[in-house]
Amino acid sequence: MTNKAKLLQGDEAVVEGAIAAGARFFAGYPITPASEIAEGLAEKLPVHGGKFIQMEDELASMACIIGASLSGLKSITATSGPGFSLKQENLGLGMMIEAPCVVVNVQRVGPSTGLPTSPSQGDVMQAKWGTHGDHPVIALAPSSVKETFELTVKAFNFAERFRMPVILLLDEIVGHMREKVVLPKQEDIEIWDRKKPEVGPEDFNPYEETEDHIPPMPAYGEGYRYHTTGLFHDKTGFPRGTTEDAKKLMDRLMAKIEENMDIISLYETDIRDEDEVVVLAYGSTMRSVINAVDRARDEGINAGWIKLKTIWPFPEDIVKKISQDVNTIIVPELNRGQLIKEVKEHVFGNAEVRGINKYDGTLIKPDEILDLIREVK
Amino acid sequence: MKYDIDEFFRQDKLPHIWCPGCGHGTIMANLARAIDKADIDPNKTVVVSGIGCSGRASGYMNFDTLHTTHGRAIAFATGIKLANPELNVIVISGDGDGTAIGGNHLIHGARRNIDLTVVLMNNHIYGMTSGQFSPMTPTGANATTSPYGNIDQNFDLADLTKASGASFIARGTAFNTRQLIEIFEGGLLHKGFSFIEAISQCPVNYGRRNNIDTAVEMLKWQKESSVNIKKWDKLSDEEKKGKFPTGVIYKEDKREYTEMYQEIIDSVQKEA
Repeated sequence: MTNKAKLLQGDEAVVEGAIAAGARFFAGYPITPASEIAEGLAEKLPVHGGKFIQMEDELASMACIIGASLSGLKSITATSGPGFSLKQENLGLGMMIEAPCVVVNVQRVGPSTGLPTSPSQGDVMQAKWGTHGDHPVIALAPSSVKETFELTVKAFNFAERFRMPVILLLDEIVGHMREKVVLPKQEDIEIWDRKKPEVGPEDFNPYEETEDHIPPMPAYGEGYRYHTTGLFHDKTGFPRGTTEDAKKLMDRLMAKIEENMDIISLYETDIRDEDEVVVLAYGSTMRSVINAVDRARDEGINAGWIKLKTIWPFPEDIVKKISQDVNTIIVPELNRGQLIKEVKEHVFGNAEVRGINKYDGTLIKPDEILDLIREVK
Repeated sequence: MKYDIDEFFRQDKLPHIWCPGCGHGTIMANLARAIDKADIDPNKTVVVSGIGCSGRASGYMNFDTLHTTHGRAIAFATGIKLANPELNVIVISGDGDGTAIGGNHLIHGARRNIDLTVVLMNNHIYGMTSGQFSPMTPTGANATTSPYGNIDQNFDLADLTKASGASFIARGTAFNTRQLIEIFEGGLLHKGFSFIEAISQCPVNYGRRNNIDTAVEMLKWQKESSVNIKKWDKLSDEEKKGKFPTGVIYKEDKREYTEMYQEIIDSVQKEA
């Protein structure tokens, strides 16, 4: 027997996904178009024994979920552009101290207050470079309500598995759109929990170099009495102020991502051998892409698509591969061209790369994509 | 009383980095003595600090310790405590960290009356960055960013936290060790938001620029300016000038945040 179909919006799917993934802590601050996530979790978390807290600001919300994570709970916050900007410093601390947590950004048009109720994909580069300094980033971008549920669970799993904050980039369309979805049964959902130490407090180093570069993590109160700091630190967790420690730690943080690209890179393709034009997109834009490609094929045009669910780390291998097989890659985005730069870098001149960009709060229509497919075919 | 505090320090991290004459080491040691006296479980105790001279305390203390971003320690501590209310959560902050960049978290932590013990080491200056004025630098004082005298006015932190809803408010000094241990102990054992302002001295970055040349002189100032709260109310306005009350200034039994949240959980789970 399967679960009953539900009519859910993307923000509500985040709530369902978080609960299913085992999240038991939310801290946040009201903001359009992400408030429904806070509202949903305020209602559902206590039912599951979890905790919800509305904080005094966005910075405090980010701080609070990191604190809860250190106490051992899977934790999440949700915001939109202005709040995402405010969270950046503490997000950087989360990456530095390797605190598993999930940060949802339901993107609206920026900069500044911008267009609060209109969709955007303008925070793609901020997700990658928002906090200061080099740092590892995982960012996932769902294109439908069902995918939002799936990628919320994935975001928690990646956060726990790789011991780091994971960013879930919705856009206002996905966040507010309602779709019929059948959620999987709890026992069919794959769940990852953070690795716990196998040694006692005497032999424990909180940032030990392990084969997979991921140090085991006890919860506060379990007797390990360890130190954590945003300063560069050695395996004991303490700063020594040496350049050697700084490089070693940064290389390990990045290795967690670089050596697991095959696990982290999530995408789908519909590309046939004969296809010469491929449309690459992510998030809500993908919905227009599939319609446009279907219609192009009806016209006999050899077109296909690739949908990125993981945008950071950029799934460069698949883009490199496709670029060798096709003449043109079209990249529609709800911004002035952010991820297209990454595509161009990895296409390396093998194919022509063309953008379609909207940044006025309106959507990219299937016709606009189809017109460009016809032009470049 | 004899205190057993060696276990509460990471011996290999000492001596501390604070300057000769600084009051922070005294305050930290007295906090450890209070932890010993209050007999709280060190394995269930977390110390959270922010950035600045006070921020370094977490590294020396042998508990689960978290050195956070500037000003945000109370927000991190709120997550730690709400996620696991069994934990004793102590925040160590400074006057810049806790009342300027972190002022919002201070008033909202107090408003929630969440069970944290906040120790604010007030040395009246940004010491780590070498002497800029803080919200607690006295009006008229010299600092590197007030070369013509500070025109900013100060918070009365007891008034501020009282108005914000804190249920245990106290002030002590690095000079008066016995009193400081007592109020720390009171704060640790109090269920609710405990705020303790611990007056410290910074001879290097405050005293030196303000004609109070030595730590001894600064400690003498602490002694002469502080009046026990029991005597404070008997003073005339004229007598209160240039002085401040110390001891437990306010205490109230009030519902605590994490307990109230647990009641919500219990009630919705019962309904379900």
